[in-house]
Amino acid sequence: MSGSISEQQAVIEAAVKEATALISVAPDAASIRTAVNAATGKKGTLAAVKSGLGRVTDLELRKTLGQAVNEAIEAVERAATAREQTVKREAFAGAIAADRVDMSELALRTGGRRGRMHLVTQATERLEDVFVGLGFRVAEGPEVETDFHNFEALNMPPSHPARSMWDTLFVDQDPQGSVVLRTHTSPVQIRVMQEWPPPIYAVMPGRVFRKETPDATHMPVFYQIEGLVVDRNITFADLAGTIEAFTKAFFGEGFTSRLRPSYFPFTEPSAEFDIRRHDGSWIELGGCGMVHPRVLAAAGLDPEEWGGFAFGFGIDRMAKERHGVEDIREMYSNDVRFMEQFS
Amino acid sequence: MKVLLSILRELADLPADPDTVATAMNSLGMAVESMDTVGVPVPGVVTARIVRTEKHPDAAKVTRCWVDAGDGTERHVWCGATNMGPGDVVPLATLGTVMPDGREISRRGILGIDSEGMLCSPVELGISDEASGLLIMEQGTPLGRDPFEVLGIEHDTVFDLDLTRNRPDCWGHLGVARDLAAHFGTALRGPALSVEPQEPSRTVPVTISATDRCGMFSAAVVSGVVVGPSPAWVASRLAHLGMRSINNVVDASNLVMLELNQPNHAYDHDVTRGFDIRLAREGESMRTLDGTERRLTADDLLICDIASGEPVGLAGIMGGLESEVTASTREVALEMAWFAPDPVRHSVNRHNLRSEASVRFERGVDPDGVAVAMRRFVTILRETCPSAVLHSGMGVAESGSRPRPSTVRVRTSRVARTLGISPDGPRIAELIAPIGFDVVPVEGGADVTVPTFRPDCTEEIDIIEEIARHHGYDALGKSVPKSAVHGRLSTMQQRRRILRRVLVGLGLDEVMPMPFLAPGALSGAGLGEDDVLVIANPLVAEEAVLRTSLRPGLLGSVRYNQSHRAPRIGLWEIGHVYPRGTGVLPDESEQLGVVVAGGDAALALSQWAALCDALGVGAQLDQSRVPAGLHPTRSASLTRGKKVIGVVGEVDPVVLDALGIEGRVSILEVDLTTVLNEDPKPAQARDINRFPSSDIDMAFVLADDVPAQNLQRALRQAAGKRLVSIDLFDTYRGPGVAEGARSLAFRMRLQESGGTLTDAAIAEVQEACRVAAEKAGARLRS
Repeated sequence: MSGSISEQQAVIEAAVKEATALISVAPDAASIRTAVNAATGKKGTLAAVKSGLGRVTDLELRKTLGQAVNEAIEAVERAATAREQTVKREAFAGAIAADRVDMSELALRTGGRRGRMHLVTQATERLEDVFVGLGFRVAEGPEVETDFHNFEALNMPPSHPARSMWDTLFVDQDPQGSVVLRTHTSPVQIRVMQEWPPPIYAVMPGRVFRKETPDATHMPVFYQIEGLVVDRNITFADLAGTIEAFTKAFFGEGFTSRLRPSYFPFTEPSAEFDIRRHDGSWIELGGCGMVHPRVLAAAGLDPEEWGGFAFGFGIDRMAKERHGVEDIREMYSNDVRFMEQFS
Repeated sequence: MKVLLSILRELADLPADPDTVATAMNSLGMAVESMDTVGVPVPGVVTARIVRTEKHPDAAKVTRCWVDAGDGTERHVWCGATNMGPGDVVPLATLGTVMPDGREISRRGILGIDSEGMLCSPVELGISDEASGLLIMEQGTPLGRDPFEVLGIEHDTVFDLDLTRNRPDCWGHLGVARDLAAHFGTALRGPALSVEPQEPSRTVPVTISATDRCGMFSAAVVSGVVVGPSPAWVASRLAHLGMRSINNVVDASNLVMLELNQPNHAYDHDVTRGFDIRLAREGESMRTLDGTERRLTADDLLICDIASGEPVGLAGIMGGLESEVTASTREVALEMAWFAPDPVRHSVNRHNLRSEASVRFERGVDPDGVAVAMRRFVTILRETCPSAVLHSGMGVAESGSRPRPSTVRVRTSRVARTLGISPDGPRIAELIAPIGFDVVPVEGGADVTVPTFRPDCTEEIDIIEEIARHHGYDALGKSVPKSAVHGRLSTMQQRRRILRRVLVGLGLDEVMPMPFLAPGALSGAGLGEDDVLVIANPLVAEEAVLRTSLRPGLLGSVRYNQSHRAPRIGLWEIGHVYPRGTGVLPDESEQLGVVVAGGDAALALSQWAALCDALGVGAQLDQSRVPAGLHPTRSASLTRGKKVIGVVGEVDPVVLDALGIEGRVSILEVDLTTVLNEDPKPAQARDINRFPSSDIDMAFVLADDVPAQNLQRALRQAAGKRLVSIDLFDTYRGPGVAEGARSLAFRMRLQESGGTLTDAAIAEVQEACRVAAEKAGARLRS
């Protein structure tokens, strides 16, 4: 150990100064470490000072110098850590700048889109959801049906005049006329009554067929939903109340419904039901009525024990109204350009 | 059916306000389709005589007319009609007249020559639908007068009613008026009658041979007939109701039918002296009033001349040409009858001949209404021929098929169960006696006798409907049934919804092609047609075959969208197919079809993988069974054991070429009856193995014709319990690998269940895999 205390202290200060100067311009993590090592490493200036401390006899002095060396080492480490962070930050900043994209360009080039469900499927699901909420289950059945299920069990024996209310397509199969493309989803009502034990609360959505030339409001293949309730002590008021509940749930609280007398072979009393829009105008929606005792009997239920009501209306019409489709044929064009309009 | 407010108000004491009446009709089940005010005079229109006419050489389609409107000035008018001539009296709309359709008559001329008004047709004045020419009025009509006043045209309201099948009575004004009078609680007067049958008694012989088809046939002699024009009010009312005025006899007949729903026919009594009602003989023929010669079948009912046996009318539908009333007719035999409704309808359909009469007979007319209707006919006729006499001794024949009033027991308890109201006998009487039902209160209800004009009411529930109508549907209240059933979708329905969402998530659009196909469409798509069903009465022959596959419809949609240059075509359909079954009904099932234009087999497989993942299902891939119509070397069947549940791959390029579709089309078809009806059990949680794992990569050379899945299966077995996952991560063909083979590189992640994986264990797995691969025909690449 040579030199005075002040000399020793000068050496320490100089080492710190030199190291921090080198660190402050070091371009990367490795050169920062080299500069640190030059000061604090085994062969560094500060290490030499430290190893000489043992020869300082004045305990007070030894303590002071020791403290000074330790502080110097800490100062160098602090400077190194700060510089390391700066270097890292600068490196990120550069990489990030080089990584730039024009987000709007990416947006314009991103072709991904979700597919579309058919408007009729969308309407069907919405209707099902409303009826499920009202306590109904969803029933399904075959689209090609027996004359029995499509007509006879619905209180239309062979050659009943009301059969002419439906322009029927028949399957070419012996005996002729025994198998039809169902003209309504009512045969599912018969099947449900035959297969499900009452009480029954069910809706039947599905595809139906009529021998009709396509035009803006008619298709030979279209979709309807019917509802059936069979329970004890079901009255006409329950029918009217259910139609009203549906109206409010599906169209909104501001809508109301009314029933007008009508005729269907399978219900009696029968009614048409209309929905009143916000502007006070009425739209005819569908038909309904109390299930005819003969229909209950044909399905194997005792009309003296069970009663019920049924209703039905077109699904296509709902989709058409909702989306402002002028010509129903558009919905069945399967044209991607048409479908793309609706999410 | 059109009804006139004026006639309704003659028959019953009803409100004058058309809106009030329309509201009542709607609430009673007579839906008002339209409501029109008719016969409203048009100020500025006057009667005028055509003085002379002239054609202009440069205006071939119009005529120049000079008219005299009685005010001494001759006006020049251009006219496009052709039915007029000098001397005719016609309506002239003078300058400044605002027509019912809103247009104003101006001097708008042709070829620089002004028109000083317009000559009018009935439709232009809103008098009738007649648009074929000018309204020509009687000679001697005073000039310069309001033509509505001259013609006696009443200001009236026409309601067009959409009548339901169960209301035959409403096909006459009387039935409508009866319902309305009951609704308003007012009196039903019935038709004005000023005639009684009188002596001398003149009978017409009548026999009914076809007793089950004709329940009643009556014929009365009316003498003193002078055939001529009808009174203005008769012609006007008929015009408002859509019928043309013919002469006073035919018009009275038509008006009685429209007023009272009593179709009738006036025969010239000098020609037809008596009637026999019999079935036609097969092959017999007759000429109907419309001049058509009709070949008859043994199911057609005829009205025949009793003497000759020759047909004079097709019963319930149309009279014969030979027995028609002519200008020289002096006496008529007025016929009214009841024919069984269904056979009339069948005859109408067979002959495609619908008439105002047949519409009524096929619904059911009232045999008890005949006497009044006969008197009404002569009452109307008397206005133009005061000498007309309705002779007593009307010829009547009846048979067992004649409808009679029937009595139905109505239980108050049943009314309560259906309607939620409990009317006792007297209350039931209050509600339905006004519409002609005879109600006798009994303990717990009433015995209700149904009049013959309501053949639709045959059982208790029919009467309950009448009670509901006249109580008022609105007054029955609204309640919601307290259901003990919980609403929900079935598992299958929920899974179908998941499926739909996966498909739209894959960017695919749902289509709904027609389920009808043209003959040959299935074979055009490479499919068989042996099991198809066809429609007996298709709309068009191109839509006669019921589909057995979704594929023709989907490919048709691809082609359609390609032809419209849609940028991306990825379509799916979930729908039924209807192949012939072994029972009565087809073997109907629900199918999924997915096609992507420009998609390849890999895309179809990735779609299938997505569906399997979402629905928790799977199937084997069998490329050895190439599905019909698919690409022979780029497709496979999806199988479960021996059962094929779908196909995946690409559509046969030969099929695509024939259909005119460009590029590849990927396809995935799945039988949903299998896939959606499964309900995989919820997966159970397992402990995560936290011991270290190790990945090993092994590449094998395998001949192209050996399925890669065979090798993977062998490796999986060989690796045993230590295998966590195995992935084919690279396929390589080229230098270093023999022709006709490829290198398949698998990455296997290994792990011990109870400790750290040792190098020895890894080596053991590698060796086992090498051996197993060799057995499967694959050689380890070094």
